[in-house]
Amino acid sequence: MAADKKFAGYLCTGCGIGDRLDAKQLTQIATREGKMAACKQHPMLCSAEGVQLIRDDIAAGSATHIMIAACSRRAKVEAFSFPEVAMSRANLREGVIWLRPEGDEHQETTQEMADDYVRMACAEVRFMTQPTGSGEQSLNRTLLVVGNGVTAMTSALEAAKAGYGVHLVCDEGELGGVYKDLYKRVPFRAAPVGVSNARTAPLPQPEDPGVAEMIAAVQGNPKIKVHLNAKVTKTSGAPGRFSADISVESGSTATENFGAIVQATDYKPYDASQLPEFAYGKSPDVVTNFELERLAKAANGGPLKRPSDGKEVKAVAFIQCAGQRSDQEGHLPYCSGFCCTESIKQAMYFKAQNPGCDATVLFDDLRTPGAAGEDFYRAGQQAQVTFSKGKASAVDINGGQLTVKFKDLILDEDTAMDCDLVVLATGQVPNSGPDPYAQLAVDEAPTEEEKAAARKALEVAPPSILNLDYRQGTDLPHLKHGFVDSHFICFPYETRRTGIYAAGPVRRPMDMKQAIDDAAGATLKAIQAAENAARGAAAHPRVGDLSYPTFRKEGCTQCKRCTVECPFGAINEDEQKYPQFNESRCRRCGTCMGACPVRVISFENYSIDSIGQQIKAVDMPDEFSEKPRILALACENDAYPALDMAAQSGGQISPFARVIPVRCLGSVSLSWITDALNSGYDGIVLMGCRRDDDYQCHFVRGSKMAAERLSKVGDTLQQLNLEQERIQVYEVAITDVQRAPQIINDMAATVEKIGMSPFKF
Amino acid sequence: MSDLNTAMVERYRTNFLKEVEANVEEGEWVKMCMQCGVCSGSCPLGKFWAHPPQEIFMMIRAGKREEVLSSDSMWMCTSCYNCIVRCPRELPITHIMHGLATYAKRLGLVPQNQPTAKFAQLFWDNLMKKGRVNELKLGLALYFMNGFGEGVKTALKKQKLGMNMMKTGRMNPMEILGGHAVKDLSGFQKVIQKAQELEDARIAQHGARQGA
Repeated sequence: MAADKKFAGYLCTGCGIGDRLDAKQLTQIATREGKMAACKQHPMLCSAEGVQLIRDDIAAGSATHIMIAACSRRAKVEAFSFPEVAMSRANLREGVIWLRPEGDEHQETTQEMADDYVRMACAEVRFMTQPTGSGEQSLNRTLLVVGNGVTAMTSALEAAKAGYGVHLVCDEGELGGVYKDLYKRVPFRAAPVGVSNARTAPLPQPEDPGVAEMIAAVQGNPKIKVHLNAKVTKTSGAPGRFSADISVESGSTATENFGAIVQATDYKPYDASQLPEFAYGKSPDVVTNFELERLAKAANGGPLKRPSDGKEVKAVAFIQCAGQRSDQEGHLPYCSGFCCTESIKQAMYFKAQNPGCDATVLFDDLRTPGAAGEDFYRAGQQAQVTFSKGKASAVDINGGQLTVKFKDLILDEDTAMDCDLVVLATGQVPNSGPDPYAQLAVDEAPTEEEKAAARKALEVAPPSILNLDYRQGTDLPHLKHGFVDSHFICFPYETRRTGIYAAGPVRRPMDMKQAIDDAAGATLKAIQAAENAARGAAAHPRVGDLSYPTFRKEGCTQCKRCTVECPFGAINEDEQKYPQFNESRCRRCGTCMGACPVRVISFENYSIDSIGQQIKAVDMPDEFSEKPRILALACENDAYPALDMAAQSGGQISPFARVIPVRCLGSVSLSWITDALNSGYDGIVLMGCRRDDDYQCHFVRGSKMAAERLSKVGDTLQQLNLEQERIQVYEVAITDVQRAPQIINDMAATVEKIGMSPFKF
Repeated sequence: MSDLNTAMVERYRTNFLKEVEANVEEGEWVKMCMQCGVCSGSCPLGKFWAHPPQEIFMMIRAGKREEVLSSDSMWMCTSCYNCIVRCPRELPITHIMHGLATYAKRLGLVPQNQPTAKFAQLFWDNLMKKGRVNELKLGLALYFMNGFGEGVKTALKKQKLGMNMMKTGRMNPMEILGGHAVKDLSGFQKVIQKAQELEDARIAQHGARQGA
């Protein structure tokens, strides 16, 4: 250890720590075993006075590495914020005294628990260095926005409002995108508070679409440069230093630098020619909801006419969920979430413009998301639109008339209705690039059937939109049905490519208002990413973390596991096939560290040693002491907070457990497991987040990677002649407040049943 | 089929909903039903209805004119107002049911021997005679509503109750001889006559909105 490291320990005796635990013994452990130069006590360390005590030592130069034994590392983060030094925290409050019952019979084991946590925190801080940003990026206040429509235009306008420059890349000859032909839009606001339920209450009506105004605002904004008929032909770099080639159809290419990117490529209307049962293509009087907007625009306030013979429409039927919410081949399995309100709006066109026209909406479930949703439905009912819960099965053509056959789901009968025009409420197909993992999906598909499906997806892959020169592929990874992967509740805009934000229907189906709100959110996240990158700080979820992964080149075997397994495609390969960490693309999950078989990857404040030494620092009683040791590696995002909350709500945990928070289960190195087994731990519990399609992993793939690696841990156990039950992997949610400690207690029970590990030295 | 019914069929050939809106009390509300089914679930007699209210609203919108108007469902309504209280759209469901019943009666489409309809007629006829309800006559008429034999049986069964009511002065047997009238019977009859004229004038217009 370098001579300039000054280790200092601080023990808080507040919140009952001093009453429940032997403070003198803890300070002795910190100084003698933990090798802290000194360990100061304070009755309330998080108070101004206590914090000043630490600040004074740092200012005097007697503390560069500090160990604080007090509450959980998740508590009092504002008070214990010393960015100029390396810091570890021993969790004596939530981790020990709040999870253990009082009483003499428990005193010995509870004290041992606290002793170990102090040892562990001392060991951790000895192997930490204070992170400083890489300085790889400077602040670039320009965004690249890709897309033609309302989402992209909103994003550009929001960025410009925030003082950012924007290059808007539109692959068509004019702006407007899918809503270019919109006649009117679904209202954005609900009826004001206080509007009654009365039959004649004033309710929101279809509004002017506002697209032309938006186009004018974009074109008139000096901060926005619009590239029409253009494509992004190459994107390289990282947040804060993206470089993109913008190629115009005419042949010229401009290279621009960007702080961050927003992909707002919206959706493509579903191809209704896959709906022959509804006579689409057979009769010009069967149109999609998108085509109807054009008819309405052409009518220009007058009666809407049939495309076939120009006759005024006297009866119109809307078939909801056309080619949607269906498992049938070629149909969309999901709800597009905008077609119900669109159909209400379009039916109201007929009610307003075609005197005496009957308009019937055949729906299965009428879903009206958005602020105006329910009020707008009522507005449609007021206008005497007929809403019929019915499932349409076919559209027949009899001369000039159309007949819609449907099953009335309320009256439970097969029936039919005649009409002049049929409108198919078709859905949204995400306008995303090819999934970079499509090939991987083929390779990894477990069954031949799934393999064939994956191969087909690969064959029909769309052209690239971003053309990233990343090791892991050209575009944003997908989750389901071609939508760009982003956690739809917890972090909706974060994609799996840091600094590139997906906005609008490209990440999930949504209507125009939601897309506009979405664009504002994604743009702010993009600005935040550019500014974080300039400071060398991480984006979500370790926001502000200055540490970044580095590797010991001489130890690297160029196995490529880090470059392949990084959930964010952050790692490229250099000419010699060594990993090239793009620090600002990195989310600091440590999945690369967990993947590295030769353990050469580390962060300044998180490494194989910073955890490995904690595992080793635990005092290991001998085999006959009846005091087993259980190691719990808990994800700091969900499982560790769940344990903290269990402590707050009076939960209890086995006194033999030693919990270590990890950034992500994906960062768990198998060497920690082997070391733990070799040094005599009796059981190991790994607590990560839910994985796969409905994942809750903050690093998307981290817990999946961990599960895959740990599926092979059985071999290690077998080699050591140990029982398989000694290692368990669990998916834990932040709400599992009762379950999280129970999992650990179950392991304690298991160990009691199968006996102690023979590997105690 | 009554003449009026034929006329209505002619007039609203394609749109039963519009016919209901124009002719049924509170019929303008039918289009506002969102088919949640809370009314049907709340109706204490719902299981005895051939078509609970939710279904009736759907049938009106589906143009099932004959089935709705000749149904006995709306006659089953006991005016408990559960549905009105619970309807999230605040539809006056009870009133619509009575409105439909009234309209069906006017068109001559009430099912034969519908007991509620029969009782309503007895009540009305009884009331019209003296401007007040003669309970003794109404009760007896009710006993004999479904035939002489059943009337005698019911009367015998209720004999003791009747005696007790007489003893305590709750029932005057002399009322059977005609009974007493309201103070100004001719005034009452004029009121009713005027109301009937107004109603007839509205009906003659077929489609003038009721109560508008």
